[in-house]
Amino acid sequence: MNALVPLPVILPLLGAGLALMLSRRQALQRAVSTTTLVAVVVIASILLYQADRNGPQVIWIGGWPEPLGISLVADRVSAMMLLVSAVVTLGVLVYSIGQGMTGDDRDTPLTIYHPTYLVLAAGVGNAFLAGDLFNLFVSFEILLFASYVLLTLGGTGSRIRAGTIYVVVNIVSSMLFLISIAAVYAATGSLNLAQLAGRIAELPDSVSLVLQLLLLTTFSIKAAVFPLSFWLPDSYPTAPAPVTAVFAGLLTKVGVYAIMRIQTLLFADSPLSDLLLWAALLTMLVGILGAIAQSDIKRMLSFTLVSHIGFMLFGIGLGTAAGFSGAIFYVAHHITIQTALFLVLGLVERRAGSTSLLRLGGLARLAPLLGVLFFVPAMNLAGIPPMSGFLGKVGLLEAGLQVGSPLALALVGSSVLTSLLTLYAVAKTWSVAFWRTPEQAHEMAQALPEPDERRPLLDPEVVRHGDHVHVGTATYGRRELDEARSIRDEEDGTNRDLHQLLQAGELPDTLPRTMVGATGGLIAFSLGLTLVAGPMFGFTDRAAADMLERDPYISSVLSGGAR
Amino acid sequence: MTADLTLISTASVMIGCGVYLILERSLTRVLVGLVLLSNGVNVLFLVASGPAGRAPIVGLSPPPATMSDPLPQALVLTAIVITLGTTAFLLAMAYRSWQLTGHDDVQDDVEDAAIRRLAAADEASDSYDLSQRAGDEDDLVEPAQEEGRPR
Repeated sequence: MNALVPLPVILPLLGAGLALMLSRRQALQRAVSTTTLVAVVVIASILLYQADRNGPQVIWIGGWPEPLGISLVADRVSAMMLLVSAVVTLGVLVYSIGQGMTGDDRDTPLTIYHPTYLVLAAGVGNAFLAGDLFNLFVSFEILLFASYVLLTLGGTGSRIRAGTIYVVVNIVSSMLFLISIAAVYAATGSLNLAQLAGRIAELPDSVSLVLQLLLLTTFSIKAAVFPLSFWLPDSYPTAPAPVTAVFAGLLTKVGVYAIMRIQTLLFADSPLSDLLLWAALLTMLVGILGAIAQSDIKRMLSFTLVSHIGFMLFGIGLGTAAGFSGAIFYVAHHITIQTALFLVLGLVERRAGSTSLLRLGGLARLAPLLGVLFFVPAMNLAGIPPMSGFLGKVGLLEAGLQVGSPLALALVGSSVLTSLLTLYAVAKTWSVAFWRTPEQAHEMAQALPEPDERRPLLDPEVVRHGDHVHVGTATYGRRELDEARSIRDEEDGTNRDLHQLLQAGELPDTLPRTMVGATGGLIAFSLGLTLVAGPMFGFTDRAAADMLERDPYISSVLSGGAR
Repeated sequence: MTADLTLISTASVMIGCGVYLILERSLTRVLVGLVLLSNGVNVLFLVASGPAGRAPIVGLSPPPATMSDPLPQALVLTAIVITLGTTAFLLAMAYRSWQLTGHDDVQDDVEDAAIRRLAAADEASDSYDLSQRAGDEDDLVEPAQEEGRPR
C-alpha cells in the first residue's frame, strides 16, 4: 500500500480541471500545469527509488477486497517509464509555453491546450501504472482522446485530413483491444494482470495463442510496428511542433511498454520470438527506407521513429534478460532523443519558416546554436559513440549475439544497417538544411514546377476544364483560384524558400529563450543518460530480471495469495 | 462455459456490417460503421459474461449463484461512454471536413498520391521533391471555398 502510486494520474487530472477553470487567466493556467508536472516528476522519482529499493509499489483503489478492485502497480520498469515520460512532458510543456502555444499559430485556440495536455499526461501515467487490462484500456482511451484534440487543434485542412486517419485507426485498434479483453475475460474470468499470469498458463495452448495474437496486434497498432505502422508518418507531422514531439516521444512507447508487459507477465511460456523478431526486422528496414525517401524533415523523423521501434521489439523478441534490459534502456533513450529532435524542428520552423529540405539552407551560419541543438541529438539517434544511442544499441547487439540463432544474427546485422542508414538520413538533412547556402536552396526551388501544376494529378477530385476547376461537386473560376492562392501565399509564406524569406526580412532574428532552454534541457537530459549509463544498465538489468521472474510483481500485487 | 448462439451471431453480424462500412470513403458512413462495430463488441461482452441471471444487486437479490456476472456489464457501460465521446468527436470532424472541402470523404494519403503521380508521369524515383510538394498540397483551394462556398 503506497498512497503515492495514484498521484501521477490524479494530479494531472485535477490540474486539467483547474486549468480549464482558469482558461481566461493564462498566467495562472501556465503556473498550474507547470506545477502539476513538476510534482509528477518528483513523485515519479520517489516511486522509482522505492520500487528499486523495496520492490513493486501497489495500491488497490476503492478499498474492495483484494482481487476485486482496481490495482495500480509501480515496479521498476513502470516507475522508470513514468519518470522519463514525466521529465519529457514537463520539458515539452515549458517549450510550448515559450512558443506561446502557439503565439505564431493563429489557428490554435490557446485555452484548451493546457487542460488537454495534462489529460494526456494523466493517460500516459495511468497506462504505465495500470495493474489490469481494462484499466490499461481506459488509460489508452484517455491519452488517445487528448491526442485527438491536440492533433486537430484549430481544425485546419491538413490537420483534419491527418486527424481522420489517426482517429479512425485508433478507434479500430481500441475495438480490437475491447474484443481481446472480452476474450481474455471469457477464458479466464479475470482481468487483473497478476491473476492472469497464473490463469493464462493453465489454458490450452491454442486459446492462449489466440489471446496473445489479439493483444499483440492491438498493441502493435499503438506502437506502430510494421505492417501496422502506416498511419504514423501520415498523421504526426501536421500537428504543432510540441504536440508532435510529445506524441513521438511517448505514445508509441506506451504500446511498446504494453507489449513488454504482456509478453513477460501473461505469456511468459510462449514468447512467439520468431514472429516478434521478424516484425522487428521489417519495422527497422521499412521504416528507415521510408525515412531516406523523405524531403520534409518532420516526415523523415516520423519514419525514423517507426524504424527505431524495431530496436525495442528486437530486445523484447529475444526474450532474454539481456534483451529486455537493452530494450528498456533503448526506450528511455529514444523517448528523450526523439522528443528533443522534434522540438529542434519546431525551432527550425520558427527560425527559417519551413522544415522542408527544399527550402532550407545555410542554417548553420544563420543560427549556429540551432546547428548544435540539431547535431547532438541527431548523432545520438544514429548511435555515434559514446552517446546513449550507441550504448543502447551495443546492449541490444550483445543480447542478440548471446542468443546466436540465425534470425537473431540477422537482426544484429539489420540493426547495424539501420543505424548506418539513420546516420545517412540525418547527415543528408544536415548537409542540405544546415550546410549549403540559402542561394543554392533558392535556385533549386526555382527549378521546380509550381505546386499548382501537380494538383490535378494529386487529387482526383480536382478536374480542370479551361478556365474552371472542379472540386468534387463545386466549380471555381480560374480567377477565384488565383486569388485564393495569392491569399494563401501572402498569409503563410510557405511557398517561399529561406532565401526569399531572408530577403524579405520576415524571419525572427532570435528564438525565445524558453524554447531553446527547454530543448537544451532535454538534450542535456539525454546526454545525462549517457553519463549514468553504467548504473542505469545495472538498473535495467534488475528490472529485466524482475520481469522475467514475474514473482516480485505477482506476489506484491496479490499479497493475500488469491490467484 | 456455455455460450449463447443468438448473441454470438448478433455480434458477428454487427461487427461484419461495421467493418464493411468502415471501408467506405465517406466519413459519415465510417462513423456509422464504428458505432455498429462498437455495439457489436459490447454484445460480445455479454457473451463473455456467461449465462444470463438475476440482477446483481448485493443484499436484494437471490443467492450469488443465480446472479449474472456484473463485471462485464460495468465494462460495457464504460465502453458505451467512451464510444459516445468518440462519436461526437468524429461527427465534429466530419462536419469540419465538409466545411473545408464541401464533402466529408476521407482524403487521399499524401504518399499514395505522390506515388500515383510518379507512376502516371512514369518518372524515375525522384521522391526528393515530390513528397515535398505533396506535403503542401492541402488547402490550395480552400480560401476560394470560404468566399463562394458550394451549396
